[in-house]
Amino acid sequence: MIPRAGHSVLRQARCQLRTRGGLAPVASLSALSRLLSSLAVLEQRDGKLNHGSLGAVTAAQKLGGSITAFIAGGNIKAVAEEAAKVMGIEKIISVENAAYDKGLPENYAPLLVENIKKGGYTHIIAGHTAFGKSLMPRVAALLDVQQISDITGIEDEKTFVRPIYAGNAIATVESSDETKIITIRGTAFPAAGAEGGSASIEDGVDPKAESISEWISEDLAKSDRPDLATAGRVVSGGRGLKSKEEFDRIMLPLADALGAAVGASRAAVDSGYADNSLQVGQTGKVVAPQLYLCAGISGAIQHLAGMKDSKVIAAINKDADAPIFQVADVGLVGDLFEKVPELTEKLKQ
Amino acid sequence: MSGLRILVPVKRVIDYAVKPRVNKAQTAVETAGVKHSMNPFDELSIEESVRIREKKSYPNGVEDIIAFTAGPPKSADILRTAMAMGADRSIHVEVKDGEEIEPLGVAKLLKAVVDKEKINMVFLGKQSIDDDAGQTGQMLAGLLGWSQATQASNVSFDGDGKGVIVEKEVDGGVETVKGQLPMVVTTDLRLNEPRYASLPNIMKAKKKKIEKISAGDLGVDIARRLKTIKVIEPPPRKGGGKVEDVDEKNTEDSFEDSSDKLKFLSLRIIFQVGLPQFSKILTAKF
Repeated sequence: MIPRAGHSVLRQARCQLRTRGGLAPVASLSALSRLLSSLAVLEQRDGKLNHGSLGAVTAAQKLGGSITAFIAGGNIKAVAEEAAKVMGIEKIISVENAAYDKGLPENYAPLLVENIKKGGYTHIIAGHTAFGKSLMPRVAALLDVQQISDITGIEDEKTFVRPIYAGNAIATVESSDETKIITIRGTAFPAAGAEGGSASIEDGVDPKAESISEWISEDLAKSDRPDLATAGRVVSGGRGLKSKEEFDRIMLPLADALGAAVGASRAAVDSGYADNSLQVGQTGKVVAPQLYLCAGISGAIQHLAGMKDSKVIAAINKDADAPIFQVADVGLVGDLFEKVPELTEKLKQ
Repeated sequence: MSGLRILVPVKRVIDYAVKPRVNKAQTAVETAGVKHSMNPFDELSIEESVRIREKKSYPNGVEDIIAFTAGPPKSADILRTAMAMGADRSIHVEVKDGEEIEPLGVAKLLKAVVDKEKINMVFLGKQSIDDDAGQTGQMLAGLLGWSQATQASNVSFDGDGKGVIVEKEVDGGVETVKGQLPMVVTTDLRLNEPRYASLPNIMKAKKKKIEKISAGDLGVDIARRLKTIKVIEPPPRKGGGKVEDVDEKNTEDSFEDSSDKLKFLSLRIIFQVGLPQFSKILTAKF
């Protein structure tokens, strides 16, 4: 940790010399003292910490330097206390105000900007979730920073790895912005340990910006199964299921037998076999479970973008030439209406 | 209260059905001689704007639909497509081939156009399928201080012509928010089904105007903040082969001592569908 921090100071110094050679020495000295410090933006819902968002803490740990976490909403105390136990966090900045409960970017972005300016953080990290995707670019624009989206790797404090073209290419980019604003791919940064830490809790500044938009309602798919984005096992169905009834009849027992989350291809979602929120792919969720078992999915590149980092991919498809077999570790050629129930039975034994 | 003046930014990208290849020097994705088309999410933005006009869903009507792009000379093609779909006119900020403007730069260009053209609604795609950044709309809303709604699957208007009700795709379902005009909305796949441009409309679009301006004209600095160090192909996955039967007895026992329960379970299911000869490939993976 210490040599790492030292390196970052050197790098900062070099960077300052290169870009601002003309400035007075005092300016570069103050830059020297500006050590790496990260702000992990955590998510909460109805007074509960979203553990998926702790991936931001993991990413901050990889960077090195001090880690502060940020959380805001009504009745935030319990969430802040829960976050204080998370391994690796030094300080929690919490802002208690029900206006931030729904994470509306119009008021949340100014809130975050004020707290970033006050804390002088070098890195701001959030998950590439619906919340992070909607909020962070707005924050970046307000700070005049070019955000780095959906990173899967950290090379050093200004160099990051991110997939482009639906994961068909992997780019390494170097940021010249003083503050780095980053969203992380959850599957690449597992949540930090929820226990073992003892962070101090401080109140953040609350600019109380008015939100020009309001939250009306939400309709979330209810499910007792594991969350798709973070599940260790995922079973996924495609157009081959033919109807919603068949999808439910064939795929759900398999998911239950495995304790897996249920996913779907875009074709299945568009045909109404499964809910939108279950879509895996470039335009849906990106998953990387231990096991991804799919049936009736041909394997279009947009779908592969969402699952090809899975540890083991198993596929059942009646078309032996389906592209899915090129990435599957184990492929079974056969009619899913026979094979899947058979597999489900065997798993139950 | 005046009608809607809609700005629709569109981007020319490698066609979604083409599998991109990284160039030999590993500096970028090969674009020469590759089929390009309009970013699929941007087609939805154009379609939505045209539908608002056709269905008169905004009480005060639609005054103007302006398509915008920042890109190389060939990007004019997709502006023509946008106008054939129903946009009234276009603005093209031309850059050299191979020069890419970052989302922050594009958002600043758009802000300048919004001010100049007195725009009160901007529809953008939720992300471009090349860079996959998903930032421009939110950045623009931030720079303008406007309401924003991302990943819209439905857009409707209040009777008073001020409020915009947007259903958004979020993790795990749908969320409905109400913003105020002027507003930025980014579109998601389920918003609509874009139309095909008809031949007569393609012909008509040729007469519509494309205004060419430079970033300098708009007073915007589009210097890049991110430097691409390298671009590589992702490591290829090796397919494990196919099996004929669900009921092949296996070598499961040899993994009985695995401490990682999850890993073991994954293996168990694989072996239940798999033949023993695939065990080698699988063991190599763990």
